[in-house]
Amino acid sequence: MTLSVTEAQLYGLCGAGLIGIGLYGAILGPSALRRLLAFNLISSGVFIVFGAIARRGGLAGGAASDPVPQALVITGLVVAFAATALAVALLIRLAALQPKTARSSPLAELAKRRYDAFDPWGGGKA
Amino acid sequence: MPDLPLPDARFADIPLGLALLVLALWLIATRRDRSAVIGFTAYGLLVAVVWVRLGAIDVALTEAALGGGLMGLLLLTAAARLGEPRGQPAPPMFMRLLVGLLCVGVTGVLAVVVLSLPTPAPNLVAAVAEHQHTTELGNPVAAVLVAFRAVDTLLESVVLALAVIVLWSFAPDAAWGERPRTLELGTPGPALVLLARLLPPLGLVVGVHLFWAGADDPGGPFQAGAVLAAMATLMWLARLGAPPPVQSRLTRVGLVVGPLVFLLIGLAGVVAADAFLGYPEGLTKPLILIIEAVKTLSVAVALALLVAGPPALPGNHLPSRAAS
Repeated sequence: MTLSVTEAQLYGLCGAGLIGIGLYGAILGPSALRRLLAFNLISSGVFIVFGAIARRGGLAGGAASDPVPQALVITGLVVAFAATALAVALLIRLAALQPKTARSSPLAELAKRRYDAFDPWGGGKA
Repeated sequence: MPDLPLPDARFADIPLGLALLVLALWLIATRRDRSAVIGFTAYGLLVAVVWVRLGAIDVALTEAALGGGLMGLLLLTAAARLGEPRGQPAPPMFMRLLVGLLCVGVTGVLAVVVLSLPTPAPNLVAAVAEHQHTTELGNPVAAVLVAFRAVDTLLESVVLALAVIVLWSFAPDAAWGERPRTLELGTPGPALVLLARLLPPLGLVVGVHLFWAGADDPGGPFQAGAVLAAMATLMWLARLGAPPPVQSRLTRVGLVVGPLVFLLIGLAGVVAADAFLGYPEGLTKPLILIIEAVKTLSVAVALALLVAGPPALPGNHLPSRAAS
């Protein structure tokens, strides 16, 4: 085969691209949730670059992938998930405290009253 | 399987990498939050395939369970609660250009770094293989997680417990002692209820298998815990059960037993094996099994509680701000 790029290089480049795309979204995302999502794209890109490096090291050492970076990425994934869960909870709390429609909408007063009595984690319309 | 007339597997890498980048661009560009969240779940599954191609099956399993499964549920419920944001004016053109240039620059520098990594690649494969027999584990990643870099894993399981405590502290005062209600989103459809009846028994078996097989093959407490947590949240979502109230003692014990047992065994290692988190010879495998079993439980409890959200009052009309 004449492919001159190894899969480690290819996915390393892919990870670099993901970091750039995620950075753009994290700065200019249209909503807080989207910026959080973009932030997760960045971390995913970082993990993939790390995975590409682990792949190179693994192949050089006679394994499919270096186990030490793999272990670090696994712990990293779990911690990133925990951080995302906290960020989501903060967003929901923030949305409850800051009525987005307050100034521009004719329903401003109604919205304000609803938000004052809004329990963000309350259970639906039950 | 030698000499099969299959095309080089690397030809799959280019479409996969491109799909990842295009999906990421679409996630940034799409208008609706909910579409972006659904796209992100698909993205998580693609990333799991990337990890397989990179030879990291352990990471692929974690990514599939966590990034493709639980993360999607967490973000979808968030999108449902937050609603679509009102259309904001797009940022000015020079701003977009400036940020775009910055991002292209970051990517460019990283690309140069990726392409100019040193050869031969530095690695710890041999170091791990040399000492792996002392742990009696066949899976090198498990050996790194529970023995060679045990302190990372210990701190990480403590972080999970702390994250749940912080999450609970976001609750309004009046809701303290209640159960989490983030997953109560209207009446569940019959398909969801059926799925929540059929899948959990299977998921339970898969989860326990991942934990048990993780000693010698890809798998382990994190992957198992994530699958078990997904099963619990699926049942909560279908209202076949409800998350326990925050004052449930059983839940709290389940949450901290993993890090606590890990820490106690680690401290005992100071006396018995001359090092914090060292395992005495002969008892290594049983101790590792105990640690991994309780860690699976605690990871599952923590992840499920993180998706379930802070405790909340029943119904939507109770004044939370006045109470807090």
